[in-house]
Amino acid sequence: MSALQDLGRAARAYPTLLRVGLAEAVAYRAEMLVWMLTTTMPLVSLALWSAVAETAPVGRFTQQGFAAYFLATLLVRQLTGSWLVWELNQDIRSGMLSRRLLRPIHPLIGYSATNLAAIPLRAALIAPPAIVWLLVLEPGAFPRTPLTLITAALSIVGAWLINFFIMALIGSIAFYLESSTAIFDLWMVGFMLLSGYLVPLELFPAGLRAVAHALPFRYVLAFPVEILTGLLRDDQGDAILRELGIQWLYVIGAGSAAIAAFNTGVRRFSAFGG
Amino acid sequence: MPSPLAVEVRALSKTYEVHERPPGLAAALRSVFRRTYKTVHAVTDLSFTVEPGERVGFLGPNGAGKTTTLKMLSGLLHPTSGEARVAGYVPRKREAGFLKKITLVMGQKQQLLWDLPPADTFTMNRAIYEVSDADFAETMAELNELLSLGEIMKKPTRQLSLGERMKCELAAALLHRPQVLFLDEPTIGLDVAMQLTVREFIRRYNERRGATVLLTSHYMDDVASLCPRVVVIDQGRLRYDGDLPSLVRSIRPDKRVALRFSGTADRAAIERAGKIVEFDAARAVIQVAQVDLREAVGHLLGLAWVSDLTIEDPPLEEVMRDLFSASKAAAAEEAAGA
Repeated sequence: MSALQDLGRAARAYPTLLRVGLAEAVAYRAEMLVWMLTTTMPLVSLALWSAVAETAPVGRFTQQGFAAYFLATLLVRQLTGSWLVWELNQDIRSGMLSRRLLRPIHPLIGYSATNLAAIPLRAALIAPPAIVWLLVLEPGAFPRTPLTLITAALSIVGAWLINFFIMALIGSIAFYLESSTAIFDLWMVGFMLLSGYLVPLELFPAGLRAVAHALPFRYVLAFPVEILTGLLRDDQGDAILRELGIQWLYVIGAGSAAIAAFNTGVRRFSAFGG
Repeated sequence: MPSPLAVEVRALSKTYEVHERPPGLAAALRSVFRRTYKTVHAVTDLSFTVEPGERVGFLGPNGAGKTTTLKMLSGLLHPTSGEARVAGYVPRKREAGFLKKITLVMGQKQQLLWDLPPADTFTMNRAIYEVSDADFAETMAELNELLSLGEIMKKPTRQLSLGERMKCELAAALLHRPQVLFLDEPTIGLDVAMQLTVREFIRRYNERRGATVLLTSHYMDDVASLCPRVVVIDQGRLRYDGDLPSLVRSIRPDKRVALRFSGTADRAAIERAGKIVEFDAARAVIQVAQVDLREAVGHLLGLAWVSDLTIEDPPLEEVMRDLFSASKAAAAEEAAGA
């Protein structure tokens, strides 16, 4: 009952938290723009793979196909990005987490609002590459059926949630170790290699592709990108739903682990001298 | 049956394991393989109670355990042993009902959003604490009246002076009308005028809302003017719990007599009344035992060149210094005996 009341209170407060979070994001707009420029690796991949596909397609990818894929990668990455791991790590180390613990709302809910609130600003900043993406997308590649449109939206939400919860989980390690960001770098290695960020997963050898399909990295990026670019086609409804199910199982798993790690870590939190 | 007390602390203790290593590269490398830990007893067997509406000064030297205690009472730290109840709640459970009834203001930490005007933090707190529109308007008007917030609410926090920021911190912390206020060095770094403003605000909030105040401060004037009762801790242990005048009398049973001269003063004549603490051509301060005060004052008033005489308690800072040195000596003796 108490947990439900807490959630109810958080839901009522959430619109205000988002409004204040957006105001904060606008205040930090220059910093955010610089940060966004550091996540333009897909454009480098785009240039490399376009050169490779100049004479003949690579698998199903023509030059135009690569352009659509990597621009979608850039867009999804921007829409699902979060900075929670650094923020949480810093708040725990400096003792600033105290101010969040004193409020009658779970700190992870507060963090989620700040992170989500930045999305409109990021969406505005990525509008130019989004327009180019729509122009280079091959006819019929964009999801057309209601099912694929809904699953595309749900897959982006799922990707954001996995990303956020993984960051919360790894950030909570700072309750136990002096810093958790180095551990996040390990996660990023897996992400770079197995999420489809640098190489579309269908170009992987079959064995490695199977591994990538089983791990969470694909569901943070490649899965929504493949729906958006038509690599997962409208007529593959069953496959898309199955993958969506796997993605949301990861959401539930990462969410449960993150909440448990955070709540356990808070008991250790000393903020001693912080 | 709910506790009628605002704060109830029974045998509260908090110990930390702190990693220790000497400076230098060799020690750093050794600590990779073998870490040594030291147990710090931040608070030991602390017990006291506070009635609703009381203003209590919580005193102690640096590292005495004051902030640790306040953090345990506000639910940020879990006690190692013992019990605490605040407004009828167990703080470590951090229930929403509890968090709505308390506030913790730390002079060296801020909750205001740095790049936004304080008004945005107020809006956010209104939503988080579910303050109704009517209550929000009423409380803001009241806080505005007491703290003269005016235009400073609309400037980004980073552009405010320290004093303006503290005013807004207090407003943000009290918007939900907490019943128990934990104030940890709320006047630190503020100029004298701002210290007076903050002090007066705390007093008026306490009187208007009947809120309980537990205050730590290194400025003894804060404590002397705000808190009829003080709780003194040192090395995590309770050293004194009672009213301030009794504490002063028990530690320094002498008085200070300040004199002003209208002519040439005779030092020897003054010395006959008590021990000279300060002396120059225009004024002097002497220390006189309480029992000798009547006789000493009579003698001094008989001196033709004494134009003014005032009797004061010794400065609170000196009383505290004496109290803490005495408790340090007692602890050293206890350790040697063990």
